[in-house]
Amino acid sequence: MSDAALIRMSGITKTYGSGNVAFQALRGIDLAIEAGDFVAIMGPSGSGKSTVMNILGCLDTPTSGSYEFEGIRVEQLTRNGRALLRRNYLGFVFQGFNLLARTTALENVELPLIYRGQPTAHRHAAARAALRQVGLEDWEHHTPGELSGGQQQRVAIARAIVTRPHVLLADEPTGNLDTRSSQDIMDLIQTLNHELGITVLMVTHEPDMAEYARRVIRFVDGRVESDRRNDGEGV
Amino acid sequence: MLWNTLLLALRSIRRNLMRSCLTILGIVIGVAAVITMVTLGNGATKSVADQISSMGSNLLMVLPGQRFGPGAVPGAPFRIADVDAVRHQITAARAVAPVVSKSATAVYQANNWATAVTGSSNEYFEAGNWEIASGRNFTEVEERSGKAVCVIGETVREKLFGRQNPVGSQIRIKQFSCEVIGLLRAKGQASMGQDQDDTVVMPLRTVQRRIAGNQDIGRMTISVKEGASIDTVKDQLSRLLRERRNIGDNEDDDFRVMDTRQIAEALTSTTKILTMLLGAVAAVSLLVGGIGIMNIMLVSVTERTREIGIRLAIGALEREVLLQFLIEAVVLSSLGGLVGIALATAASISLAGLMDIPYLFDLGINLLSFLFSAAIGVIFGYFPARRAAGLNPIDALRHE
Ligand SMILES: Nc1ncnc2c1ncn2[C@@H]1O[C@H](COP(=O)(O)OP(=O)(O)O)[C@@H](O)[C@H]1O
Ligand SMILES: [Mg+2]
Repeated sequence: MSDAALIRMSGITKTYGSGNVAFQALRGIDLAIEAGDFVAIMGPSGSGKSTVMNILGCLDTPTSGSYEFEGIRVEQLTRNGRALLRRNYLGFVFQGFNLLARTTALENVELPLIYRGQPTAHRHAAARAALRQVGLEDWEHHTPGELSGGQQQRVAIARAIVTRPHVLLADEPTGNLDTRSSQDIMDLIQTLNHELGITVLMVTHEPDMAEYARRVIRFVDGRVESDRRNDGEGV
Repeated sequence: MLWNTLLLALRSIRRNLMRSCLTILGIVIGVAAVITMVTLGNGATKSVADQISSMGSNLLMVLPGQRFGPGAVPGAPFRIADVDAVRHQITAARAVAPVVSKSATAVYQANNWATAVTGSSNEYFEAGNWEIASGRNFTEVEERSGKAVCVIGETVREKLFGRQNPVGSQIRIKQFSCEVIGLLRAKGQASMGQDQDDTVVMPLRTVQRRIAGNQDIGRMTISVKEGASIDTVKDQLSRLLRERRNIGDNEDDDFRVMDTRQIAEALTSTTKILTMLLGAVAAVSLLVGGIGIMNIMLVSVTERTREIGIRLAIGALEREVLLQFLIEAVVLSSLGGLVGIALATAASISLAGLMDIPYLFDLGINLLSFLFSAAIGVIFGYFPARRAAGLNPIDALRHE
């Protein structure tokens, strides 16, 4: 791992609550991730996978430790600074999709571009291109309620990549999907990683899904238990 | 940023059409009710005031008892001697008319009509600015002997005689028949459903003897000569009546002398109270509308909090999210306010027409209701959003 790591975490801890009910979900995480990598985070339920993803995605702040993203000291950023980091460099995919209800696929995908202040014409073109990329060009006027789970997750992926993020963070993206859709989604994510060079960080507890990654990090009790490269895919 | 946020706000309104409509509806109903009530109340007050000022500024009314309207303290009615004393001693009085008013049904052939019968003298016509349109007024003999003759108003003619000339016909009132000797020129002005032309005037004696059955005089209507001071005449009247009614120096009057302005105040105070009452009732409906909005907003707070979480997660700034919600709230409540004002204007104009009162646009109440509705919308639409936008994105997303 070189100094040019995209992401560098050291000594990250996260404690929920305080006093008697305090619970330490992360107990000192050191992590470096290089640009273009495809990393799967695995581990038993409650081991802190989501917690670390949320901190990586600047959706949450650590209790202590330092986190550098492309050389930026994230813990020194303000709320707005973190929002701009999410806006400009990060794309998020959640287990529960988190699309806006009663809103068409196109409008959902456009949303990040609106916050980027892009003109309408460009916004539409980019959103359509992203939908095409996830194979939903014929579904742009459908609302989440009219789409299957797999399709909704593909809309969510389109929304995450429409801004050309440097990093795609996916927390159990296939957790709510059947095997068939899961494989489609994983193929899609892999394509994004291979062809667009987007760095992918993905939480999963299915070994099948972790097969797609080049590097697998195992969490146990808020610590990194193992960190290995998948055979044949290693750097 | 403003333009994009506006776009987001409008999209959100369209997307949640049901919620948006309910919000607007709550405001529309409240605003429309308040404005309509107050506008109609103002119209009614104005109508009463207009009618009274049409009587002229040189008119005095003398009533037994203190206080006018509800809570009155009774006083003995006047006698004809009081009227004569006023005629002789108040030199600035142009006309002094004793008045006895009774309601009775007038019948002519197959037609009958419930009306107000007034017993008075020719001075009643003078003081009240009545003109005889056809026929004549009372002769001295008719007044003195209390003959069964009457002068009728336009409404009574229309109800009993249609377009026919009534002069010379006999109408029946109570158990006696009465010759119509004159027709009053229509005043055509109604107030609060009271039609001035709906009247039958007879000599005082006739009404006292045949309808009232006593010598009482209900009130005196006095017109003051041009150029004479109303206040001086009021003082003189007061002194004269105190003396005649044996009121001691430290006792209060048991009668009241009112000029036109005071009559107007006394009458309009009732409609003003009514206006306030109606306004208050309507304000409650505005409040209920507000609570409805609050309810809708609170019910949707979970969904909205998650929506805010999504927006924050994809890179929206806190202030952008807040601005969007503020715009949404302002657009909805202003829309509700404007529709409410339009509805109130339409309702007020048509109801004022039905009630025969003037429509008066009241800028104050329109502004006030609008601002109040906007405030409700903003408070209940914006403040819940402010809490959510201050959360960590992940906490907003996880909100249950
Ligand atoms: N907001 C929270 N408040 C308190 N405890 C939390 C919260 N979020 C997660 N935890 C706890 O932290 C631990 C790690 O959670 P998480 O990172 O979600 O695990 P997972 O590896 O299953 O994704 C769990 O024991 C969980 O109960
Ligand atoms: Mg998890």
